[in-house]
Amino acid sequence: MSVNGQSAPGPKDSTPTATPAAAPASPHGPAAPAAAPAAGPVGGRAAAPASAQLRKAVIVGGNRIPFARTGGAYTKSSNQDMLTAALDGLIARFGLQDERIGEVGAGAVLKHSRDFNLTREAVLGSALSAETPAYDLQQACATGLETVLGLANKIKLGQIDSAIAGGVDSASDAPIAVSEGLREVLLDLNRAKSLPQRLRVLSRLRPKDLAPDAPNTGEPRTGLSMGEHQALTTAQWKITREAQDELAFNSHRNLAAAYDAGFFDDLLTPYRGLTRDSNLRADTSLEKLATLKPVFGKNLGSAATMTAGNSTPLTDGASTVLLASEEWADAHDLPKLATVVDGEAAAVDFVHGKDGLLMAPAFAVPRLLARNGLSLDDIDFFEIHEAFAGTVLSTLAAWEDEDFGRTRLGLDGAFGSIDRSKLNVNGSSLAAGHPFAATGGRIVASLAKMLHSRGRVDGRPARGLISICAAGGQGVVAILEAH
Amino acid sequence: MTDMYTQLVSRGPGRDIARKLGLPQPVVLRRYLPDQPLITGPVLVQGAGSGADELAATLLSWNLDVRRHAVPKEKLGAIILVLDELGRPEDLARPVLTAATSLRDLAPNSRVITVSRTAADTADPAVAAARQGVDGLLRSLAKELRAGATGNGILLAGGVRTTSPSTLGALRFFLSGRSAFVDGQFLTVSSAEGQLPAHAGKPLAGKVAVVTGAARGIGAAIARTLYRDGATLVVVDIPAAGDHLAAVANEVRGTALQLDISRTDAGQRIIDHAVERHGRLDIVIHNAGITRDKLLANMDEGRWNSVIAVNIAAQLRINEALLASGHFRSSPRIVSVASTSGIAGNRGQTNYAASKGGVMGMVRATAPLIGTHGGSINAVAPGFIETEMTAKIPFAVREVARRLNSLQQGGQPGDVAEAIAFLASDAAGGISGEVLRVCGQNLVGA
Repeated sequence: MSVNGQSAPGPKDSTPTATPAAAPASPHGPAAPAAAPAAGPVGGRAAAPASAQLRKAVIVGGNRIPFARTGGAYTKSSNQDMLTAALDGLIARFGLQDERIGEVGAGAVLKHSRDFNLTREAVLGSALSAETPAYDLQQACATGLETVLGLANKIKLGQIDSAIAGGVDSASDAPIAVSEGLREVLLDLNRAKSLPQRLRVLSRLRPKDLAPDAPNTGEPRTGLSMGEHQALTTAQWKITREAQDELAFNSHRNLAAAYDAGFFDDLLTPYRGLTRDSNLRADTSLEKLATLKPVFGKNLGSAATMTAGNSTPLTDGASTVLLASEEWADAHDLPKLATVVDGEAAAVDFVHGKDGLLMAPAFAVPRLLARNGLSLDDIDFFEIHEAFAGTVLSTLAAWEDEDFGRTRLGLDGAFGSIDRSKLNVNGSSLAAGHPFAATGGRIVASLAKMLHSRGRVDGRPARGLISICAAGGQGVVAILEAH
Repeated sequence: MTDMYTQLVSRGPGRDIARKLGLPQPVVLRRYLPDQPLITGPVLVQGAGSGADELAATLLSWNLDVRRHAVPKEKLGAIILVLDELGRPEDLARPVLTAATSLRDLAPNSRVITVSRTAADTADPAVAAARQGVDGLLRSLAKELRAGATGNGILLAGGVRTTSPSTLGALRFFLSGRSAFVDGQFLTVSSAEGQLPAHAGKPLAGKVAVVTGAARGIGAAIARTLYRDGATLVVVDIPAAGDHLAAVANEVRGTALQLDISRTDAGQRIIDHAVERHGRLDIVIHNAGITRDKLLANMDEGRWNSVIAVNIAAQLRINEALLASGHFRSSPRIVSVASTSGIAGNRGQTNYAASKGGVMGMVRATAPLIGTHGGSINAVAPGFIETEMTAKIPFAVREVARRLNSLQQGGQPGDVAEAIAFLASDAAGGISGEVLRVCGQNLVGA
């Protein structure tokens, strides 16, 4: 939803009315949604609520712990440990000790059943006031960004004045469930009342029931892993091995340069002896990347292009972002780096092969930009999450494809292309790693800092676009602007 | 924590055995706790002049149990020897020998404090001789005191009175447990500047203080002590120490600034952070320092340069920014951590000692510059302090090192922090350009 009248540069005739109860005004004109231009997914929906009374939600800053490759420095750290550490670093950076924050929202993708109140427990273990409420959210890899959008909306609506959004994931300390067979036996055993009943239940147990049920990245409806899904998409969009390796190389090079420049000095707090993301290979080269063997899509033969170098490894880590109203930030003498302008979620039908599993952002971004009256040319920084190099490149290829633009986006032609020098300029997931729910917070905090230092572009605030793909064929995207 | 040996010989059979064997007999030192009396037991003020009378009257107004004449066999909390009117060396005899008769009545952890005038201020050889004599007298007496008792001196420059704010401030510091590990040392009060705190328990209330190298050890102790004394803290350390720094920041309810102080813009970033987040900047504690020990014959450029860059060049650059800033003008205070290595030297530490000697030179030369803004700058030189760093010294070497001082034990990080907190307070406004050793009167070196 376009929830910020000041920031959404829609046509003037969509000027919101003063009362929230007034009829919705379309940013594409005075027409009601029903009368919106014919058909396409982009033009077909649009209804911004009256937003005159909405205030801005600003990003004050962020904190994350370095991301560690699975089985590395954080092997013995739980999600709660890491989220608490990330929170405590944020509290220390901004002097939030004993502060009652409006709400803390975070989540994890791989979650133990005992972590049902993960975020609240992390808050209780942190230096924040114990009177700070918290909730858990889960939207696969989009979890972190969705917490930012949800909490920003609460701030815009005036429900809260401050918020901390975050995410955490550990693939090392992953939950392992017992098999369905054992689980049913255990539950029945609990319900059995007599010894004969118990013995009868136990007699159903078979050796195979004792094998644990470990989590995997396989899609429940297709049985294919995320990498195998992306391999199909990568091949469909004819993304070359060279292009993927180059993207991976740039990610490492940009991230290493950002560390060397001190970019992360106020974005990151070391944890368990790690001061940088352990996946970062500052000395990697295109030649080295070229020597790696394909690991996904091997049945595609020569079309197999996805290697361990141009795919993101499993990672552990946590991130947080401090959000606030302008008034709250001012009252606490805190910086206002950027504003959360707008966000959009999309999903694709990957089950029937209509689109690739990770292609939802290809639809979400055009819708989001259209609603805000923007094009790709109006964006100064693109933060496209690198689940795989092929994901980023397939998305860009789709946007550059005339047929995709016409038939799938309902446009007159291709959606457009981006200036690659604006893409993931301080590195992204291929180099930093990707602890699923923590990636959104990493990107939001980094982008907010970049936007703040850029300031204004052509007389308007610098603008950044975030795009994150997620399991289940979903995607969440967002626009931030320099404050 | 007090080391195990000290705990063992402080009481019971351990004490008797140590005494019989002639082993060192350190005691658990009296350390400062808020809301406890400045000192317990009577305070004997020796000295005949008006300076002594005025001082005794002030101590009375603090509700201390003041004596102008010793009561035989009465245990004393402190002896204050006021020697501000010495004309020639012979003048020492009467007050000193009178005080001598009371030395055996000093209680454990008591204090002997001299108040005299600086020898450099006079052209008269006899006056200078008498004044300089106090130096040798006090340092020797401090070595004779036992059971945690310490001897320290206050030197008055120019016409500074015995009751000037910083004389009284220094006196309170030396009397209290804040000076537990300061022994055989002098503090010069060079002006009538300074102000005693409105609330003795919170002498730094309303002040914004920056502590560098605050992630652990002495730096973390400084942050805790300044916080206890009422200051709002900005704790600084290198980004790689950020996790420990965050823990300290959260403990002292301050803000963490991850910053390499050897960056050229470090001073400005410190000022910006303090002013933007806390509205002002009053106190900067230069604590961050590194060691890269090597015999000079084996020294390489990297070891030498990194120590100089962090330990002194960075402080100089940050001070330049502070002195140029309009935000550091309201009775500003700078306190640097030097080291007794920079005074007495230490084998394998030519680079470190050069940097710490540099700190002391810098402090002396910066005093007049910051004085124009009503501020002060001083250094504290720790001796053997029980930290994570000194815990890594091999056992035998460490055991010898920690006994080689008048108090026969290592100091605590908090002891250094207490000296720094005092020098950062308004009460120390008349003290500038000084180096105060916190070393238990180390027997080696100066």
